Amino acid sequence: MADETWLILGASSALARAFAQEAAAHGADLLLAGRDMPDLEALAADLQLRHGVAATPLSWDAADLAAQPGFAAACAERVPGVLNLFLAAGAMPEQAAAEAEPSLAGAMWAVNVTGPAALLGAFAPILAARKAGRVVALGSVAGDRGRRRNHLYGASKAALATFLQGYAARLAASGVEVLCVKAGPADTAMTWALPKLPFMAQPAAMARAIWRRAGKGGGEAYVPLIWWPVMTLIRLLPRRIFNRLDF
Amino acid sequence: MAAETNAASPAVRPELWKALTLQSWGRAMPGPCLAARPERLRDLQAALAAPEGRALLPRGAGRSYGDACLNPGGAVVLTERLNRLLAFDPASGLLLAEPGVTFAELLRVFLPRGYLAPASPGTAFVTLGGAVAHDVHGKNQHLAGSIGEHIAWFDLLLADGSTRRVSPESDPALFQATIGGLGLTGILSAICLRLAPVPSNALLVRRQRMPDLDAFLAGFEAQAAAAYAVGWIDALAKGAALGRGVLEVAEPSPEGLPDRPPKPRRLPFDLPGLALNRLSISAFNELYWRRAPLIPQEERVAYERFLYPLDAILDWNRLYGRGGFHQFQCVLPFREGEPALRRLLETVAAGGNASFLAVLKAMGREGIGMLSFARPGYSLALDIPARPGSAALFAALERITVEAGGRIYLAKDSWLSPQGFAAMYPQAPDFQAVRARVDPDGAFSSGLSRRLGLG
Ligand SMILES: Cc1cc2nc3c(=O)[nH]c(=O)nc-3n(C[C@H](O)[C@H](O)[C@H](O)COP(=O)(O)OP(=O)(O)OC[C@H]3O[C@@H](n4cnc5c(N)ncnc54)[C@H](O)[C@@H]3O)c2cc1C
Repeated sequence: MADETWLILGASSALARAFAQEAAAHGADLLLAGRDMPDLEALAADLQLRHGVAATPLSWDAADLAAQPGFAAACAERVPGVLNLFLAAGAMPEQAAAEAEPSLAGAMWAVNVTGPAALLGAFAPILAARKAGRVVALGSVAGDRGRRRNHLYGASKAALATFLQGYAARLAASGVEVLCVKAGPADTAMTWALPKLPFMAQPAAMARAIWRRAGKGGGEAYVPLIWWPVMTLIRLLPRRIFNRLDF
Repeated sequence: MAAETNAASPAVRPELWKALTLQSWGRAMPGPCLAARPERLRDLQAALAAPEGRALLPRGAGRSYGDACLNPGGAVVLTERLNRLLAFDPASGLLLAEPGVTFAELLRVFLPRGYLAPASPGTAFVTLGGAVAHDVHGKNQHLAGSIGEHIAWFDLLLADGSTRRVSPESDPALFQATIGGLGLTGILSAICLRLAPVPSNALLVRRQRMPDLDAFLAGFEAQAAAAYAVGWIDALAKGAALGRGVLEVAEPSPEGLPDRPPKPRRLPFDLPGLALNRLSISAFNELYWRRAPLIPQEERVAYERFLYPLDAILDWNRLYGRGGFHQFQCVLPFREGEPALRRLLETVAAGGNASFLAVLKAMGREGIGMLSFARPGYSLALDIPARPGSAALFAALERITVEAGGRIYLAKDSWLSPQGFAAMYPQAPDFQAVRARVDPDGAFSSGLSRRLGLG
């Protein structure tokens, strides 16, 4: 892993931080992209100190569509070797708030879907030309079936998953693996104030599972694995029953 | 890492908060509160605006035994996710870190590089922030002092939203009020600590049986030059055997041990309160005593095992059952305090207040904080299960301690009275003066501070 660099997109999130630790522990260098520069500087210092790898904070805003191609090119220039992408940028406004204020839903869509799509689109020719690299993106179990309480967010994650299917096909010939992680709820700032969620997992454990799974190649993966049977059941629930559930 | 910042009073961000019932390590008193767990500095600052104007308290790993880390009815800011290492200079040993970094992480990252925390409590799960706020001490206090002596400076987030970089030179009063300051002066957001170089990852440890208290105290005196010294007392022993136990002394070992990551075990459930009765404890204590050699023998032991013996069993506090337990720890001046040491042991043994091993240490240095616990003398710590009679027992222990000119450790305490506190901590008025300056509206408060009359 020594000559690889992971570009962590949305690196201030707890899951991204944990994944960056995992990658650094395996000797990978890091580019840490996000908006909160003081926070990214702290993370970069920590990774360097603990693991002796190079870690560089980069200012990046997922919602700034016009900036994506330039950002991808700048990253490619920085890293002549193998460049892997970990996409963790994501927003989850409360459903009711996003309904009351449609611009909130629009902003979420930009962070969760259109921004990442623009960025990954810009990276596609770069990765294809290098014939190397992986893309790991954080989807969500919320994208598997739209729930009454959270279907705006769910729809954005479904869109991301669908985008990644085609993206993976596009890059398949060049040997670039694309993994869509169907993440269950993680114990992070995003879920802190929410009512207790089932099978809540710790970011460090999820990061370890994602790292291991990413090493095995692309596709889709439920993390934690329990969500695979759970979501299979939920997807199979007849509509009449599903519609009566209050979740 | 901005040194000085100013922020206007921010609005409450409801998504940062949720209702929780926190416990302290003794698990004897629940603390219902609203809690935030910021993952970055910006959110830490935002958490200064507590919902409903509630009183605020920072909290580390909740390893304090009593109400120092509880704020019932108030708001608590958990620092566990602010745990980054920010800078390290091998030449000076200076480490800059966020407050949620634990001693376990320090050991894991820096011991392989030949550095160790200069003072460390008996469990590695403690955070740096919590350690500074109680000016914690280790088994080397008699020579190395408490942790406060090794703090170069820190960043303190004040009630008004500004962050102050505080060193002994820049603001001596605020520095001394915050070392051992119980989280009441503000929230430590970065701590610059001087790590100590060590020759290897191990210590040479000698253990020796001590037949009674006099032998024990003589043993400590004879070992005053040893880097580490700690005594384990069988708190159930009475009469001629009162104060018998095992004395452990240790020196850094020039030669190390091969690395072998230990596998911690977890106590999966609360034991029924009955499991720890007089018989089982006295059997355990007897065994511990018998296992120690009569003639000291030297053994090479990993720092981890010597410094944090109890950490091998996670959640051992559940041993005491649902009711929880209390700890009593005090320090008594060397000569005139010795009779009181005996009376404390007698009082606990007489009440049949089953205690596991009690811990005896010799302290050598005065803590630098206004409310620091440490002072030269003998420190005695005892676990006592929570029971209906606990109040009377603790009142008796407090009386003995005050009369002997001793001091009770607030990190362990749930019972000290405001009068007892005033007698034991003569610098409390200076501490309150600093608080009035940096927190004029009383934004910070805890269960402990209200109980002791500090507001
Ligand atoms: C098994 C065991 C053994 C122990 N042995 C020792 C020992 O040998 N020597 C010793 O000295 N102590 C010992 N202790 C006590 C322990 O070291 C202290 O209680 C310590 O303060 C716990 O740190 P914490 O991170 O758990 O903090 P908490 O218990 O959560 O909080 C303690 C105090 O620190 C404050 N605080 C926490 N974070 C911050 C911050 N960022 N800024 C400002 N204030 C903050 C809190 O407000 C509170 O007042 C022991 C405890 C246990 C459980």
